[in-house]
Amino acid sequence: MRTQLPEAFLATSQGQRANEILRACVHCGFCNATCPTYQVLGDERDGPRGRIYLMKEMFESGEPNLIASDHLDRCLTCRACETTCPSGVDYGELLEIGRATLEPKLQRSLMERMKRFFMLRLLPHPHRLARITAPVRWLRPLLPRRLRPLLPIASGKSVASSADDSTSVILLQGCVQRQLTPATNERLLNICQRLGLRAGFVADEGCCGGLALHLAEETHAQERMAATASALNEALPDDGVIVSSASGCGVTVKDYGRLLAGTVAAEDGARVAEATLDVAEFLLPYADQLTASQPQLRLAVQTPCTLQHGQKLPDVVTQILEAVGYELVSVSDPHLCCGSAGVYSVLQPKISSELAERKLAALNSEQPDVIVSANVGCQTHLAGRSKTPVKHWLELIE
Amino acid sequence: MTTPLVLEMLRANLPAEGLITDPKAIKPFESDGLTAFSAMPWVVCLPDRESQVAAVLRICREHSIPVVTRGAGTGLSGGALPVAKGVLLVLSRLNKIKRIDAQQLTAVVEPGVRNLAVSEAAASVGLFYAPDPSSQIACSIGGNVAENAGGVHCLKYGLTVHNVLGVRGYLMTGEPVAIGGEAFDVPGADLLAVVHGSEGQMVVITEVTLRLRQIPRSKLVMMAAFAVVSNAADAVADVISAGIIPAGMEMMDKLAISAAEDFVGAGYPKDADAILLIELDGDVDEVQANRTAVERVLFAASADSVVVAESETEQARLWLGRKAAFPAVGRIAPDYYCMDGTIPRKAVAGVLQRIGELSQRYGLQVANVFHAGDGNLHPLILYDANVDGELDKAEAFGNDILAACVEAGGSVTGEHGVGIEKLDAMCGQFGRIELEQFARLRAAFDPDGLLNPGKAIPTLTRCSEVGGMHVHAGELPFRHLPRF
Ligand SMILES: Cc1cc2nc3c(=O)[nH]c(=O)nc-3n(C[C@H](O)[C@H](O)[C@H](O)COP(=O)(O)OP(=O)(O)OC[C@H]3O[C@@H](n4cnc5c(N)ncnc54)[C@H](O)[C@@H]3O)c2cc1C
Ligand code: SF4
Ligand code: SF4
Repeated sequence: MRTQLPEAFLATSQGQRANEILRACVHCGFCNATCPTYQVLGDERDGPRGRIYLMKEMFESGEPNLIASDHLDRCLTCRACETTCPSGVDYGELLEIGRATLEPKLQRSLMERMKRFFMLRLLPHPHRLARITAPVRWLRPLLPRRLRPLLPIASGKSVASSADDSTSVILLQGCVQRQLTPATNERLLNICQRLGLRAGFVADEGCCGGLALHLAEETHAQERMAATASALNEALPDDGVIVSSASGCGVTVKDYGRLLAGTVAAEDGARVAEATLDVAEFLLPYADQLTASQPQLRLAVQTPCTLQHGQKLPDVVTQILEAVGYELVSVSDPHLCCGSAGVYSVLQPKISSELAERKLAALNSEQPDVIVSANVGCQTHLAGRSKTPVKHWLELIE
Repeated sequence: MTTPLVLEMLRANLPAEGLITDPKAIKPFESDGLTAFSAMPWVVCLPDRESQVAAVLRICREHSIPVVTRGAGTGLSGGALPVAKGVLLVLSRLNKIKRIDAQQLTAVVEPGVRNLAVSEAAASVGLFYAPDPSSQIACSIGGNVAENAGGVHCLKYGLTVHNVLGVRGYLMTGEPVAIGGEAFDVPGADLLAVVHGSEGQMVVITEVTLRLRQIPRSKLVMMAAFAVVSNAADAVADVISAGIIPAGMEMMDKLAISAAEDFVGAGYPKDADAILLIELDGDVDEVQANRTAVERVLFAASADSVVVAESETEQARLWLGRKAAFPAVGRIAPDYYCMDGTIPRKAVAGVLQRIGELSQRYGLQVANVFHAGDGNLHPLILYDANVDGELDKAEAFGNDILAACVEAGGSVTGEHGVGIEKLDAMCGQFGRIELEQFARLRAAFDPDGLLNPGKAIPTLTRCSEVGGMHVHAGELPFRHLPRF
């Protein structure tokens, strides 16, 4: 597409990148077809092609544009558009630049600011989250559905086994995962032990920065990313790997090389990113040593966007589950987001609920016994409204 | 015109967020799939119900406001380009599949339903909708009817017009019209054929009854690689002469192969000068017999290799690359200008050679992708819109290509329509009498010319300016006819 970005913007590295990405877009509209918000809202401006155009306008005019902001806020950052785009447009990166340009200039409402503050200061802090949520876990069924995911399904006890010198596999606990769905980390540690792998957690692992990135809180995100990169880098031996069992964290950590480029943490970031694998990717070579813990169950797989579109790994989970002998039911529109999308469910409850209902209908259409996910956000989001139990797929593997 | 009053009337007849008036918010609607053209409408209307469409039309007609209908906005000829001071009526929210009748083999859909969504929904009862434009993932059925869209499978199963049984919609007056129906033949003139390809100038379509077909029992896709483009072109003609009608027969040249391969990794041979993708379908025996025959023809035409995809996934992957080829070319150059000419099959090799020469002369690269079976050529002229003058060069190049098509006995549009983009080319292809007939036919539906004005049919004045028509002493003939 033709672009006319101001010289001053083009002189920045962000401006350069934005220009490259915009120019790669040929305005064919293919991406609208697989965009969840376009499907729900049917408005060009709520599809990737329209959002790209709004950002182009904003960059060209050099003015923040409140209309663009509404439509960018409604974007899930699911990146289904990237998978669909034949022209290789890096939409996610453009969106990051667009949001970062807008956010400082926006005057958000008090309610909106409070929600964002709460999300940013609470969710990524396991201890704070625990203090608040654990005593009221029993309230979960009484809460309005969209708040339920914020309370833990089971009480979180921190899993022992910290990484030490002999550890070669570092397991990311995930700040939200360790609190809301602790069974995942426990199971993963058991599996690793059974496979004879020297695996452990990093004690001072904080939030990877993914949440702040989602909220376009750039400074906060940079701080979190740098701290996590440094902690992981220190614990990471030569030839070691970092394994993420929450695809929402994995997608961020794997991108540290780019996200931290040009900062003091660049080297740590690049090394850590290079060593990071999603747990399914990591376990696939061991598939013949794994078994199904409840082989009689029929499963419906929900592949998180951060795994299929973000990490470009659409099939790894199904491959493992099939390898250990599970029967998987077919699920229509597997590329569509469930509406969880980090903090989206709180910030855009209407669209989020609509997407969750659609996703559950698709998952349940062949009456599976269990729905499995690969990301804590999606898991709790769906579990909050599903009659069929929703688990992390690791819970069904031994 | 009492603008605020009209706005109020429109607003009263549209859902929340269904009327867009702020220019900043309208901006993303200024172009369709052809970004070389852009224009800002007065307002954008996004109805979510048929009755709202009728209301918008009634109001606009009363106040003489032009209306441009838009489906998914994937059109490549600027058909959905807004007109200044006009309403852009976007039907993307009318996207329900109303019913699929497995006995009657029909589907009744709203106009905003995506083409591919029909086949996806029909698959559970063993049926599919045959016309599959490469943009099928995104383009709407309403837009398909308005452009009489073609696709890979049209070689065997016909264009949109051959697969639609009925259309319902509204005239510019807001009056409902129903054309055709579920039966295979209806009394009276065949108005269905008239509405197909009418580019939003006759009826705003709000419901389409589609003809579905049984998914064939057996199917395979062959990929043949050639070191010489003209051999591939000859092979196409030879397959048809051998009495075989493949379900689809498509060709891509080197540049297109490379771009598509980078997107899908389908295993296209990047070192080949051209590939042919051929789909055979039908009963098991028929498919196997045809396979042997086609292989023989391909090797006789000097194919270097022939690969056969039997699994559904492999077949889908081979087609995915072809269907994504246009936008995939965006990986090679920032902009492309997609041409759409048809030529007799026998002329393919000659026209391709001419395009190659023109490419040299203009200094712009061309990727060729086309529905080889029906001679529908899509040369993609690569250019960079950020470089001054390149678009003009690309357009001039494009016009030369179309002239070459007409010279070879073909036509200036295969399936993408005339829109705004091929108005001048129309002057070259048609004479005054024909153009005036087109205008009269259109006027029978919309006497005031408010629906999608300025597209599809060039005015005689325009043609006289581009020199495609002779004007005597500054006077145009038939002065009583409206010139738009
Ligand atoms: C990458 C790419 C590949 C393509 N490949 C093909 C191909 O293989 N074959 C092919 O035929 N085309 C192809 N096209 C062109 C385009 O997709 C088709 O013309 C398609 O039919 C347009 O549908 P749409 O919904 O996007 O219509 P739009 O672009 O929105 O509109 C197209 C025209 O239809 C009119 N219109 C739309 N909806 C209605 C309605 N409900 N009532 C009345 N008029 C209406 C508009 O006014 C306009 O004149 C391709 C386009 C792209 C970008
Ligand atoms: S990231 Fe998801 S929601 Fe956002 S534009 Fe892309 S497909 Fe749509
Ligand atoms: S699919 Fe890619 S090239 Fe096409 S409009 Fe979307 S982002 Fe642009």
